[in-house]
Amino acid sequence: MDGSKFEDALTGEQRIRNFNINFGPQHPAAHGVLRLVLELDGEIVDRCDPHIGLLHRGTEKLMESRTYLQNLPYFDRLDYVAPMNQEHAWCLAIEKLTGTEVPRRASLIRVLYSEIGRILNHLLNVTTQALDVGAMTPITWGFEEREKLMVFYERACGARLHAAYFRPGGVHQDLPDALIDDIESWSHEFPEVLNDIDALLTENRIFKQRNVDIGVVSEADILEYGFSGVMVRGSGLAWDLRRAQPYECYDEFEFEIPVGKNGDCFDRYLCRMEEMRQSLSIIRQAISKLRETPGDVMARGKMTPPKRGEMKQSMEALIHHFKLYTEGFHVPAGEVYAAVEAPKGEFGVYLVADGTNKPYRAKLRAPGFPHLQALDYMCRGHQLADVAAIIGTLDIVFGEIDR
Amino acid sequence: MSSELRELGAHIAQKRPDCVLDHSVAFGELNVDVALANIVALVDFLKTDSACKFSTLVDITAVDHPGREKRFDVVYHFLSMYQNKRIRLRVAVDLDEMVPSLVDVHTSANWFEREVFDMFGIIFTGHPDLRRILTDYGFRGHPLRKDFPTTGFTEVRYDEAEKRVVYEPVTLVQEYRQFDFLSPWEGAKYVLPGDDKAEAN
Repeated sequence: MDGSKFEDALTGEQRIRNFNINFGPQHPAAHGVLRLVLELDGEIVDRCDPHIGLLHRGTEKLMESRTYLQNLPYFDRLDYVAPMNQEHAWCLAIEKLTGTEVPRRASLIRVLYSEIGRILNHLLNVTTQALDVGAMTPITWGFEEREKLMVFYERACGARLHAAYFRPGGVHQDLPDALIDDIESWSHEFPEVLNDIDALLTENRIFKQRNVDIGVVSEADILEYGFSGVMVRGSGLAWDLRRAQPYECYDEFEFEIPVGKNGDCFDRYLCRMEEMRQSLSIIRQAISKLRETPGDVMARGKMTPPKRGEMKQSMEALIHHFKLYTEGFHVPAGEVYAAVEAPKGEFGVYLVADGTNKPYRAKLRAPGFPHLQALDYMCRGHQLADVAAIIGTLDIVFGEIDR
Repeated sequence: MSSELRELGAHIAQKRPDCVLDHSVAFGELNVDVALANIVALVDFLKTDSACKFSTLVDITAVDHPGREKRFDVVYHFLSMYQNKRIRLRVAVDLDEMVPSLVDVHTSANWFEREVFDMFGIIFTGHPDLRRILTDYGFRGHPLRKDFPTTGFTEVRYDEAEKRVVYEPVTLVQEYRQFDFLSPWEGAKYVLPGDDKAEAN
């Protein structure tokens, strides 16, 4: 009985009407500063209007008044869960415009740290999504591992989060051998933790009840809503930019692309778990390749600083160092779009250069933006409690959506 | 790769001569300049044509060129997961012109167009819900236009006396520092201080 047939017999108070509630911006399941205006029919979501922009910092505007190198750290602050993957896109865009060849060792280090970033991201996403649907333990186990990975970040670049490690033309510094050894030994310990999380969640009755057949996405929806990353792979399309449009040296690595069958929250969870295992395998391959590849980690030239030793000897090197960190390098005019397979999906940079030392316009294409847009579509007809599960599985980070 | 893209560009130009003004390949990417009135028709064609199948809308953005006759470039990026190709469409738009919305062809255009409207003030006709998206409720101006200062016009703070957040005009302790890095003999267009005297002598 929906009440509409007895309109005349009901008093105003008895008449059933839809209920509007405000979800967030400070809600633990909103994964940041998401404000949702939900229209509920009982406990069923009728309409959901995400209000975003609460974390808008005007990154794109700021980038127009800073040099290319000064802009790099802004990318850490986009998706702060996997900072280096964003920097990668920026470096690729600049390298594409300038035609810079990255040394092989730097390229391997980039792959290594991109995959560490992917594990960082998926660990956070899987475990917090589990927390959203009621599982408390995985998050504590997952964050312990994230902490170890952050230490690897710190040992490479000196910062746990805001790395600024990938630079146009290579990476900032070489990795010490001890760090490579430690990453390798971690890569042998980590599968056990992953199995533990797996054992807690995958066959867990409550976790399945909350995730299976929730937020189902079909192939047509993917195209319609511009999805990328796990949102695509969860529905059975083996689309991965690392494989489809290989950048860096991903074409040398062996890895598999996990795909889901049903396109629901549970399949996306399974994809993320398997992607972590694939990333681990890439990390091990990268380490063994790194050991065989000594050499410089920067394409020495106008875009990169001279070596420290050279600066003590050569006047020109000193001048170059000074000019690089004050004026910065100039990028030839042109426009490019460079995309990487960030953990959340396709992260792209559309860069318009006008030949000066600052970008004329840089547009950051965040994967979370179209994903969140589809929240209205995905939540319709679901229960209020499922909204939290769907937000979790969309892998939302507001740093990149609001920019 | 780039010869393939050139062929694809020629194919699109041949099939849709009314839409395509120009096409080129640069940095391994296909650029197509499109007539403003025909953008929806072309996007629809790109989506359905079997040689293109650009079924995913990756991004919509704009670039502001204040000195140009048509001030804005609205830029569309499309991806074909089936052909594994990308394409970029550019539409030149003047300040008083409106752009037909793509929402009917690609649902995902909705927020992208809202963002372009918010940031550049370009109006999309036929858009179901053209509200601001990233800026504050009640924000004025379009931040990514080149004539909008980076500092903005208003700042907010919590007022202890009024017990609410108040909006005030921006007061800067120090002028916003815009360094000019162009070397005087490479492209700076102004007269350097002191150079005017050289002319007189």
